[in-house]
This record gives sequence, C-alpha cells and structure tokens, in this order.
Amino acid sequence: MKTVYKKPESMTSATTIYCPGCHHGIAHRLVAEVIDELGIADRTIGIAPVGCAALAYDYFNVDFSEAAHGRAPAVATGLKLTQPDKIVFTYQGDGDLASIGAAEILHLANRGFNITTIFINNAIYGMTGGQMAPTSLEGQKTATTPFGRDLKIHGNPMKVSEILTQTAGAAYIARGAVYDPKHVMETKKMVKKAFQNQMDGKGFSMVEILSTCPTNWGLSPLDAVEWLKDNMEPFYPLGVKKDIDQDQ
Amino acid sequence: MEHKIILAGFGGQGIMVMGRLLAYAAMHEGKNVSWIPSYGVEQRGGTANCSVVISDEIIAAPIVAEPAYSIIMNRPSLDKFEPKMAPKGVILVNTSIVDRDVERKDLDVVNLACNDEALELGDIRYANMIALGAFCKKTGIIKLETLKKSLKNVLSARRQNLVEINQKALEKGYQLV
Amino acid sequence: MGEKFLMKGNEALGEAAIIAGCEAYFGYPITPQNELTAYMSKRMLEEGRVFVQSESELAAVNMVFGAAGAGKRTMTSSSSPGVSLKQEGISYLAGARLPAVIVNVMRGGPGLGNISPAQGDYYQATRGGGNGDYRLIVFAPNSVQEMADDVIDAFYLADKYRMPSMVMADGMLGQMMEPVVFKEPKGNKGLPPKDWALTGAKGRPRNIVRSLMLGGTGLYEHNEVLRKIYAEVEANEIRYEELETADADVTLVAYGSASRACIGAVRHLRAAGKKVGLIRPRLVWPYPYKVLEKQAEKSKKFLVVEMNLGQMLDDVRIGVAGKAPVEFYGYAGGWIPTVKEVVDRVNQMF
Repeated sequence: MKTVYKKPESMTSATTIYCPGCHHGIAHRLVAEVIDELGIADRTIGIAPVGCAALAYDYFNVDFSEAAHGRAPAVATGLKLTQPDKIVFTYQGDGDLASIGAAEILHLANRGFNITTIFINNAIYGMTGGQMAPTSLEGQKTATTPFGRDLKIHGNPMKVSEILTQTAGAAYIARGAVYDPKHVMETKKMVKKAFQNQMDGKGFSMVEILSTCPTNWGLSPLDAVEWLKDNMEPFYPLGVKKDIDQDQ
Repeated sequence: MEHKIILAGFGGQGIMVMGRLLAYAAMHEGKNVSWIPSYGVEQRGGTANCSVVISDEIIAAPIVAEPAYSIIMNRPSLDKFEPKMAPKGVILVNTSIVDRDVERKDLDVVNLACNDEALELGDIRYANMIALGAFCKKTGIIKLETLKKSLKNVLSARRQNLVEINQKALEKGYQLV
Repeated sequence: MGEKFLMKGNEALGEAAIIAGCEAYFGYPITPQNELTAYMSKRMLEEGRVFVQSESELAAVNMVFGAAGAGKRTMTSSSSPGVSLKQEGISYLAGARLPAVIVNVMRGGPGLGNISPAQGDYYQATRGGGNGDYRLIVFAPNSVQEMADDVIDAFYLADKYRMPSMVMADGMLGQMMEPVVFKEPKGNKGLPPKDWALTGAKGRPRNIVRSLMLGGTGLYEHNEVLRKIYAEVEANEIRYEELETADADVTLVAYGSASRACIGAVRHLRAAGKKVGLIRPRLVWPYPYKVLEKQAEKSKKFLVVEMNLGQMLDDVRIGVAGKAPVEFYGYAGGWIPTVKEVVDRVNQMF
C-alpha cells in the first residue's frame, strides 16, 4: 500500500487545542514538514510564546522551551549563543511578538543572530478572548474596540515585517498565508528558506503568516478566509519583503 | 592599629590612582585594606574623593566619616573635609592651588606646593605622587619602597613606561617633608 | 593559598563567575553595578564565552532563561530598579526549575531612588519577588572576598537544587576595593546531571522546559516538588556567623554592609566591658531562625541593624518568637551605619 499522506515525524500525536478553522494547525504542520525535510529534528529547539500557541511544545516532537510573554527572542538568544550548532526557532503570535515583545524581536532582528521566527498574524488576541492586537485593522471590532479600531483613539495597525526589513541583521523577511493549497505551498517555501538560512549562518529570518481567528472574529471558518482575503491581505501584502540573497 | 584616610581633589588630579596605590602597598605589606570612591552624581561638583582604610584587623567601616589623615588637593576638598577631620588629625594640603590656610588649630598641617614640585619634574600630573611621597614620610603608615614597588599594579599596561618617573615623584615628595 | 588581588567588588563578582564556569552573561547598564557588566564584556570574550548587552533587564533575564535551559551556567546582574524588572524572568526560572545566578548590587529606592548603597530589596529577594510561591537561595556577603566566594557557591547550589540563586550585595560592596583570593570551584562534583537540558532530542525523547502546568493536578504536584526542594535547602544550607554571642546581653543581627559596622561595634563595646554579640546570616534565605530562637533563650535584647526601614526585622521576630524584645536601627536612602552610631544605639539598650 502506498502512503500518500502522513503526519510529519516532527509532530506528536497530541490533539491540539486550536479552534475549528484556525490556521495554527497548518502553520505547525509546515514547520514540522520543513524540520523533517531538512533532517534537523534531533538538533532543533523551539520556543513557544504566550498566547494560543503556548502549548506548541505538546505538538512538536523536538526539544522545546516556553518563554514569558514576548520574550521568546531573548530565550532563543540564550539557547542559540550557547549552542551555535543547534537550530533554534521561535513561534509567536501578534500580541506576543508585536506588542509586549516588540523590543525583543526588533533587537534580535537587528543583531542578526542566526535564529528563525515564525510569526502568526491573525489581527487579534486569541487566547485572552479577542482583544485588539497591534495588527488589528482600522475599523475592526474586537473586545476592546467595540466601536471598531479608530486610528485617532487606538493608533495604527503595525506592519511588523516591513519594519523589520529595515534592520541590518535581518537576512530574510517574508509574509505568507495558508488559506488555500497554493498559498500553503508558497508559504512552506518561505519557512524552508527561513530554516535553511539559519543552517547556512545567514542571520535572522522571519516568516509572517496571515491567519484566521474564526472564534474571535465571530465568523465561520470559510467566512473568516474571505475576511482575511478582503481585509488583511490588502493591508498586509504577501510576498518576500527582504532577502539578502536576492537583494545583493 | 587602624588608619582612616581621605584623599580628595579635582577629577583628573589622579586622586583615585593615589588611593589605589596606597591600598595596594598596604596589601603588599600584609595589612587589611579597603578603598572606596565616591561614585555617580556625588563625583560631580568639585571633589573626587576616596576613602582608604588600613588596619591590622578586619575593617569595620570602609567609608571614612571622620578621617585621621587626609590629602587635600584642591580648595573645595579642604572646605568639605577640614570640618570632618578627627581631632589632631594629619592634613596635607596642596598649596599650589588651595588658596586658604587650614583654620583648625588642632590639626597637624603639612603645606606642600605639589603642583609646583611636580612641574620641576616635567609634568603637573605627578603632583599626586609628590603628595603621597610626603604623606608617606609624615605618617609612616606605609613604606616608601612598597609604594614604589606597587606602582606597576595601578598604572595601566600602556602607562607602565611611567613607573620610573612616578617613583621619582614619590621620592621627591618624601624628601620634601 | 592563591594569589591576592586588590579588586572592586563588582569586578570580583565577575572574575568569580568566570572561575565558577559561567558560560553566558547577559546584562544591562545601571549604577552602581556597571563595573561588573564592563568586566564581563571583556573577560567573557577573552574566554570565548557568551556576553550580550541586552536591550532591557527583561531581555537579559530571559536570555538567561534560554542559556539555563541549554544546561549552561549563566548569570545576569543589575541594581535594584533593574532587578525589579527581572522579577518576571526569575519567577519563570523558579517555575521551570532552571539554575541561574542573579546578582543585585542594591541601591536606594523606592522607584529610581538614588545610587547610594541600600538594603531595601531584602523582602523582594527573600520572599521570591515575582509572582507565585517560590524561593531563591540568597547570599548576603559583607566583603569583596565574600562576594567572590558567594558567586562560586551560588552557581554550585543553583545546580544542586535546580533553582535560581541570588548574590545580594550593595553599592558600597560593589564599588569598594579589597584584597581577594579566589577559591577553587567545586566543579560538578556531587551535582545531578542536566539530563533535562534542551540540547536537541538526539537519541532520547524530547525535553521540554516550562513553568506552565495547565489542567489536572499538574501544578499542584509541581508545587509540592518545589516545597520539598525548599525544605531540603532549609535543612542543608543554613549559613551564619556568630561573634561573641555566648554571653551576650544584647545580640545584634545584621547582614551585608550594615554588619561591618556591627562587627566594629561589638569589638568596641566588648572592650568597654559590655556584653554584646552579633549574629550575621550569610544566607538570608534559607534563614537561621533556629539560631535566633536559641539565642533568645540567653540574650536579653536584640537589635536589628539594616540599611532600610526594617525588613529582616520580620525574620528576626519570627526567630526570636516573642522570647525577647527586638529593636530596630536603620534608615533608607543612602545611610551606612558607622561604628559610633551603632555603639551609641546599643548603649541606649543597657
């Protein structure tokens, strides 16, 4: 019998806590597939955020550390600098990375340490119940913007990938999505590049993945995909934002 | 015996180096010793000072509140520390730039034009060593030879060529008292 | 005996960490501990080890979390306001059972306070400091020599019990120079293997470093493990010094810089025929409660001397347990007791 589809070796058999239609599961799988394909599972260390992916260490079959909210880049720095031969990646959401951990990610990128970051942007705080994130869009209703995000009151949505391209230490910054097979394939290439860069010692690499949060957006999984396409993609355009291999 | 010493002057007069040399020499003579600078904002505003305590026993208080000995290299330092001196303390004053006399009658005063003496050796920067040499002779707390030998410990690697001239300054100060 | 160096306390802390095998140091500038960060910036690179000047105290302590998770000896240092920022990471280190050394060269508070020596962080250090039920092993040195000795022991005990430890000094100790002889570290003798470290899951099941214990009775059981460890530390690691306590009518209790003036005061008062002694905790957690309890059976009065408004005072009261009056002498904000002040205060008690 021919196997046409199976769980990546780098994933455990645990059932995730993610809601129906959430894109975390797909993003996890892409990372696990890349770890398998690069043959680095026995030297990879992941760092989980605080947020919906706080239990990521239950789902990946590699060494894993937790981090305090937003501090994954700092924890990664400690792990990587003391063990340069290991592959170290952080997996962070938008509240974790762009809000409370803005200083840590900016300095990690700017230092250019050989670390990979997977950044899940779903424009909302998931775990705490749908509050405004730094990436929430203008007009977006959340638990803390009941009348919609008003730029005069709540400030502007933050384009983290574009900001990080300005850091000298960033080798590769890309934004993908995983709402259909085409985008899954494209995003997987980005994730693979971000890990390959670390193996090649090229510096900091990050892939931002636009994701849905049907539960907190108050939409069905399919409607959530349409909302992402109609609202997030225009403001957060997909594609490679910086690649030192291409830019040279 | 415990000797409580304050060294004070402008930043740039080599006050800290003078204190560290005294501390090193005391350590080399097998004494207990502590050295502590005034630090941070306290350093601003006219005086840089450090406390040195040399003792045969464990030193109970490294910060000197009531010095029995002091080397005063500028006027603000004299104003600050003259009132704090222990009764009958020894105070060495750099009269090259301190423009008033010591007022307390109980103090044992050594007036020495340290800057002028240093200039005779070619550089005003040796004034601290002139003062320390004189202090050494006056108080007998430490041996001149130990001070001379300890210079290599306090001068940075690129200043080791200045050991000899600083030794001369110590000797000159020693002979002036 | 090794070579004698004349060093600043801050520098001795650094050299002792190098000797203890600290493989990664992370720090952020703050007075009066800057010499330590500067010292490490040079020496760690000379030794081919890891040094990062972090973007914040938060980042520094979380870099420590990462390096400790890798199974490496690691340290961060700061002064009071910076140590407050580190509390998040210290709580996580305790929760995840990661060994690490935190140095606090205390200054005046609250808030930005000033840069003068102080002992205002005693509660914070001995009661955990961050969220949750946890403890740190807390050393209270009173000389440059003890600062060096304590860093070496702090690394060892942190590894022994898999918990963070702290060396709690103050601005005076950090800034002063005294002779110091560096002792030989114990190395890894008697220490448990770090088989929990994140080194890549090669040939073994994956390791997870975490303090998060959602669901079921996981956290309850985890906290019972912590309780057991802390009880072991309390049983094994009480350290204190006694000076002239056998027949003391008045017993002084002090640690760190404040204890130096008390040593002088005891000598002075004994010379004057007054029966005065000193108990000096060398660790302030675990605390020598039983020593105080015993002393309370023979000493008529106690005087706690601290450079704060009365923090260890609580621990002394717990130890003395009402068997004798406990008085307090201390000020906060830059006050360092002199021998004369302590002598005068003790004389009021006779």
